[in-house]
Amino acid sequence: MTVLETTWQGATKLVNPAVIKIWGAWYVAEYRLKNMSKWWLAIVAFGLGNPILYLLSVGIGIGSLINKAQGSHGIDGVPYLTFLAPALLATAAIQGAMDEVTFPTLEGFSWTRVFFSMNATAVTPRQIVGGVMIASTVRCILTAFMYEAVLIAFGAIGWGSVLPLAVYSIFAGFAFASLMLGVTSFVKDDDGFFAIVGRFIIAPMFMFSGTFYPITTLPIYLQWIGWISPLWHATNAGRALSYGHAVEPWLMVVHTAYLALMIVAGFWMANRQFEKRLAE
Amino acid sequence: MKLTTKETMTDNREPMIVAKNLTKKYKDFVAVDGINFEVKKGESFGLLGPNGAGKSTTMRMIASTSTRTSGELTILGKDPNKRGPEIRAHLGVVPQQDNLDREIKVWENLMVYGRYFGLSRKFLKAKIEELLDFAQLQDKRNNKTEELSGGMKRRLTIARGLINEPEILMLDEPTTGLDPQARHILWDRLFRLKEKGVTLVITTHYMDEAEQLCDRLVVMDKGKIMAEGTPANLIKEYSSKEVLEVRFGSENNEGVADQIRDIADRLEVLPDRILVYTEDGEAALEKVLARGLKPVTSLVRRSSLEDVFLRLTGRSLVE
Repeated sequence: MTVLETTWQGATKLVNPAVIKIWGAWYVAEYRLKNMSKWWLAIVAFGLGNPILYLLSVGIGIGSLINKAQGSHGIDGVPYLTFLAPALLATAAIQGAMDEVTFPTLEGFSWTRVFFSMNATAVTPRQIVGGVMIASTVRCILTAFMYEAVLIAFGAIGWGSVLPLAVYSIFAGFAFASLMLGVTSFVKDDDGFFAIVGRFIIAPMFMFSGTFYPITTLPIYLQWIGWISPLWHATNAGRALSYGHAVEPWLMVVHTAYLALMIVAGFWMANRQFEKRLAE
Repeated sequence: MKLTTKETMTDNREPMIVAKNLTKKYKDFVAVDGINFEVKKGESFGLLGPNGAGKSTTMRMIASTSTRTSGELTILGKDPNKRGPEIRAHLGVVPQQDNLDREIKVWENLMVYGRYFGLSRKFLKAKIEELLDFAQLQDKRNNKTEELSGGMKRRLTIARGLINEPEILMLDEPTTGLDPQARHILWDRLFRLKEKGVTLVITTHYMDEAEQLCDRLVVMDKGKIMAEGTPANLIKEYSSKEVLEVRFGSENNEGVADQIRDIADRLEVLPDRILVYTEDGEAALEKVLARGLKPVTSLVRRSSLEDVFLRLTGRSLVE
């Protein structure tokens, strides 16, 4: 107590709101990353284990079956593993980024209500949105590069495509995370929300987005699932960047615009909803 | 005389919070209904009232997170609707519901929170030591917050609210749900802050807490301010010096009340007892006994804010 008395300067001297205005989102990100770091072992184990299992089972297992039937360059003119790699990478990036926006948002609003304690400081609701997205992006970057390390080891991608593929996958992860953050900010209680998202959105998206086979092999009345799926846009663009899969320039623009639109829509929803819920 | 001097002094102090006709509506429900009050620097100001009186809503508006529907509100000279983050940078907030992070350690909770104010790690390291001493949580520093008792969590939340050395510390029901010992430790800590000159705004539905901690308070009910003053003045104005509590059994209280009404300055008949407001409780009890009435139990006590509230609203505070 004696120490407290001698050093007390008062918030007016101590705290500078102008600094927080600039750095607020980073402070939130710092907190999220600190929490995430408690799980670093799980993140690394999953980040490396997930691609290894997929590449062994689907890539090599099913791949050898396909290569036997279609020839070693039977799918899109490349080995099956090469065809599969960009899709798996995009899926992992999206999943990694999404994990860091959905549960933390429910936690922040409902479980521990930490968003309310953040908002009691000079940090604004928009900065909380920003901070959550920064942390999610860090996770997405880690996931993408770990995945690529495994893809390189399996010979599924070439060195030349490491950077463009990573950038596009992270972009896709960011887009999907933005939208999911926007959507999750409306959720009051879990109430099976994530089970529904997982089973009826993520799983079909994974199955129908041309992940395991070219989307064009689907009957036309099922192809629309791919067209609206961010995963297909990310995968198709990724294939172009990875092994030169033929994509018309206008379609490349559509892919990018579609993902960019998700970012705009997601941030718009999240900003509005965070401001509304935190101002109750 | 002493009181006058104090109040003259009070008037010269800088106003920290000014509310004029402050109103908050949720759709059709009016949570805060045109209240007026002012809090001066170094004052310990209380909002007293039952659950649902509008105390917490008022607190959230002062905390500059909840926006008002109408009226004026100025905190530290600024309008919270326009400059909320700037105001919040200089406030300390202890919410009714602890919102500590359960997954990180006690000291980490303080570090993380301090960072939201843009404070350096070096400064925070030293500050956290002081605050852990202050909150008597040094030996729990490496525990996760979920392992703390209710009283410890409360103290940690208060310590957290002090990390930016706030101009105003706001405490919403600081001791609700705590055992008596934990409450007394907390009161002691808050009293020290008050001595330091930190402006305190406290909501409570505990009379003893208001009497212990508040220099001045407003009594709220149904979104309105019913009365305002120092605890002593409120008691003087709205109640008698002493209260005689007599119980004749819940069946009989109503009947007996009419026979002793003339003894009291004022009489309140509650379901379980009769409250006889009088300047001299013992004398009143003698008169009751002299009439051949035999209460099951009797108690003479000093008037409290509970009596003020009963007088103002016709209801008990803790129902």
